[in-house]
Amino acid sequence: MAITTTKSAYRKGLVDAAPFILVIIPFSSLFGILATEAGLSVFETLAFSVVVIAGAAQFTALQLMQEHAPTAIVLASALAVNLRMAMYSASLTPYIGAAPLWQRALAAYLTVDQSYVCSMAQYEKEPDMTIPQRMSYFFGCVTPIVPLWYLFTLLGALLGAQIPESWALDFALPITFLAMIAPMFRTPAHVVAAVVASVAALVTAGVPYSLGLILAGLAGMIAGAQTEVWLESREKGQAG
Amino acid sequence: MIDTGTLWFVIIALGLGSFGLRFVFTGLVGDREMPAWLLRHLRYTAVAILPALVAPQVLWPAATDGTFDPARVAAAAVTLGVGIMTKNVLGAIIAGAATLYAMLWLLG
Repeated sequence: MAITTTKSAYRKGLVDAAPFILVIIPFSSLFGILATEAGLSVFETLAFSVVVIAGAAQFTALQLMQEHAPTAIVLASALAVNLRMAMYSASLTPYIGAAPLWQRALAAYLTVDQSYVCSMAQYEKEPDMTIPQRMSYFFGCVTPIVPLWYLFTLLGALLGAQIPESWALDFALPITFLAMIAPMFRTPAHVVAAVVASVAALVTAGVPYSLGLILAGLAGMIAGAQTEVWLESREKGQAG
Repeated sequence: MIDTGTLWFVIIALGLGSFGLRFVFTGLVGDREMPAWLLRHLRYTAVAILPALVAPQVLWPAATDGTFDPARVAAAAVTLGVGIMTKNVLGAIIAGAATLYAMLWLLG
């Protein structure tokens, strides 16, 4: 279904991001549960999710605060975990950089793994979308994600019940990310980027403060870009 | 217990910092032209960062204290395989989850 209006772009974003509900619910409930177990009030827990809106960074900060790590270390570690958001911001810029400033600011606040991967997949698939359509699509993607992030943080904090470990909800996140990435392997360069990044992530797993993730990401991006250059020059060589 | 003052400081500072990271390019670069070499690298951000985020969780899941778990590896492989073949996100998620629970049940 091609997007023809900003309204249909919003609706398509909403539908495309719907599978993420399966991740957001367990993930945000878990944060609510763990935060209240760590002694935060319901209000503090909810404020944490609304102000920061970044699951992995919130878990990191919570864990380190419980261990009474120095505040500077808490902030540095949690921000390092979130460093990938700067890379997301950079890669969204060619697509939405021309939108009005308030929309870009709002989109920045709402940039999470799910809204990013969902939007990028669409922008790459339909490069002819207008800027308003892209923004509508982005806000469509956010609609089933962010309100539930708040709501289930709150419910988790209120209920405080333990989700049984046998449900293996830890794996909801890897499964949805893999499912989202798979259709993005459109060229050999994309595959090379993913393989190099994965291997690099395993090799750098011991690097502190999650900086291994950033190194692995950079390695994958360089590998993808180099493969693209190499494939292009080979094509030219054959044509000439 | 976490000190209330520290907690609020962390929440607000982390909120501002995270917003800064998300706004740095979309907000400040805006529609200025970026060099071709940079754009070429940015095209691979999603397919690089997300697998890098997932790979260690697949091979060394926190839930099993980092020991290799055949059920989780099989679930990841099925999700990726179904996703690549069908390009259907929801289908891949369901196939992966079904594999995970079937394997966990079988391996008990």
